[in-house]
Amino acid sequence: MAILKRQKTKMIQEKTAVEKGFTGLFLALCVAFFALPLVWLFIAPWDGQPNYSIKWPSWTLTNFAEISKNPYAYKSLVNSAIFSAGSGIAVILVGAPASYVLSRVKFKGRDSFLYTLLLFSSIVTGSAAMVPLYLLALRLNILDTYQGVILILTGGLIPTAIFILKDFTDSLPRSYEESAQIFGASSFRILKDIVAPIIRPGLAVIFVWSFVQAWGNFLVPFILIRDINKQPGAVMMYSFYSDGGQPVIRQVAAFSLLYAIPVMGMYFYVNKKYGFRFYGGIKG
Amino acid sequence: MTSQVKSGSRAAKPGNSVLGRLSAISFMTPASIFIGVFLFIPAVWTLYLGFTNYKLTGITAAHPKIVGFANFQKALHDPQFISSFKLTLLYVLFSAILGQAILGFLLAWVLSTVKPRIRSMVELIVICAWIVPGSIVTFLWVAFLNYDNGTLNRLTGQHIFWLLHDPFLSIVVFNTWRGTAFSMLLFSAAITSIPKSHLEVARVAGATKMQQLRQIVLPSARSFIFTNLLLITLWTFNDFGPFLLTGGGPGGKTELLPIFVYNKALKYLDFSYGSAIAAIMLLMNLVLALIVIRAGRKNK
Repeated sequence: MAILKRQKTKMIQEKTAVEKGFTGLFLALCVAFFALPLVWLFIAPWDGQPNYSIKWPSWTLTNFAEISKNPYAYKSLVNSAIFSAGSGIAVILVGAPASYVLSRVKFKGRDSFLYTLLLFSSIVTGSAAMVPLYLLALRLNILDTYQGVILILTGGLIPTAIFILKDFTDSLPRSYEESAQIFGASSFRILKDIVAPIIRPGLAVIFVWSFVQAWGNFLVPFILIRDINKQPGAVMMYSFYSDGGQPVIRQVAAFSLLYAIPVMGMYFYVNKKYGFRFYGGIKG
Repeated sequence: MTSQVKSGSRAAKPGNSVLGRLSAISFMTPASIFIGVFLFIPAVWTLYLGFTNYKLTGITAAHPKIVGFANFQKALHDPQFISSFKLTLLYVLFSAILGQAILGFLLAWVLSTVKPRIRSMVELIVICAWIVPGSIVTFLWVAFLNYDNGTLNRLTGQHIFWLLHDPFLSIVVFNTWRGTAFSMLLFSAAITSIPKSHLEVARVAGATKMQQLRQIVLPSARSFIFTNLLLITLWTFNDFGPFLLTGGGPGGKTELLPIFVYNKALKYLDFSYGSAIAAIMLLMNLVLALIVIRAGRKNK
């Protein structure tokens, strides 16, 4: 009996050694696959003569000085910030109340309503509806304006934001709201003093998610903005070209890093503080 | 104000929401307006344009006419559209389902068994690929796949124009790289939500890793799996990302439907034909979503 037991534990140990090998190999391959294309972003900006290869840089800041030769480059990052902050705030203001209702009030066809929204948003924010969106912006007189881009981005982000935020709210117990109610608190007080604080992590996550989405969006400003003074970084990336039509790598590399850092920093800050978590899933 | 007073008395029943009907409606109103104006109207407009002969240039620019199903019939006989359609389905299958979902699941599964420090380091790198803005990612991949001194050619010691030689494979690998983080995060949440004791009992009972996966992990992660499949299928089907990398070329080999629509409508300014294709895409999205949702309900 004792021998049998020992053999069994030995077997398990052997298995874990092989498993450890596989785990290590798998993770090493994954790290290589995901990290290798990213290395250029962090290396090339510091090199005096960058090309498309990854090489030890000569550690210079001249590329960053080079960017300011393009008078619109730094302005475009400010524009990106306006589009992104505007969309993030609008998504929260419009999406949060709706997702609270969808989480707490049951009505017929609620789930189908949510799925339909997701469907519409995934297609309308793609290239498919760009013609009507352009025509719509023209009619509403918001072409070539900040608010035009913010409104259209917000419209596209709201369904997914509501979907994720409703999921988050579903995972929170109702009992706090119910006990406050029994003690006679008004709906407004319950929302302000009980609901708002507990869904704050969800709101922070959605704000940053919207911010990141708007920051990276190329198509909407590309189509709606004509004035180069109002172009965001996403479009500006394609303006660092020489007269011969080749990208000026020094400027592209340095600008990429400046353009990437804000959203990466923001993401990792919120991730550390609240965690990007997901709750539940389809309940059907 | 009155709505709040009302709702206070109305919501006295336990189990009811603290919101009354009026405040519930007022909470939904802004979102409904946004959705109506910026999603619903453009979608209906797209459908309408698909039935007209609206172009930006030529005689029909001023007076578009309703032409019925002509654009849709044209699409069904357009070999370019058919090949773009097939390409998009393959792109979803390979890059979203086989690429992102499976790699994301494997990563989440393997990372749940390693030390927290290694786990957060690997997660950080995978997430970086996901949050770096698309315009930058394009340049990163142009550099990575570059013929002369791109990292991939240097490492493998080959000289290949990847985007010309293997354009479809390139964008599939590219999209897998780009989007795996989302599936990984979602599946990590799913695996964390499984009580530790369940897996321990299985281990003690001598279940292999495969058995644990099939009998415990997959059933408990069911709702996460279908949420994930639904979202990444829709996102990939409508993904415009490869446009910045290949522009749909060479020779239409990476011309996915969103790029096809862009080229027709915004490059050649044939709005009506582009809109008809967009309407077909909306329908396809609906079909794909229904398949995923039905599969999710069946497997309960």
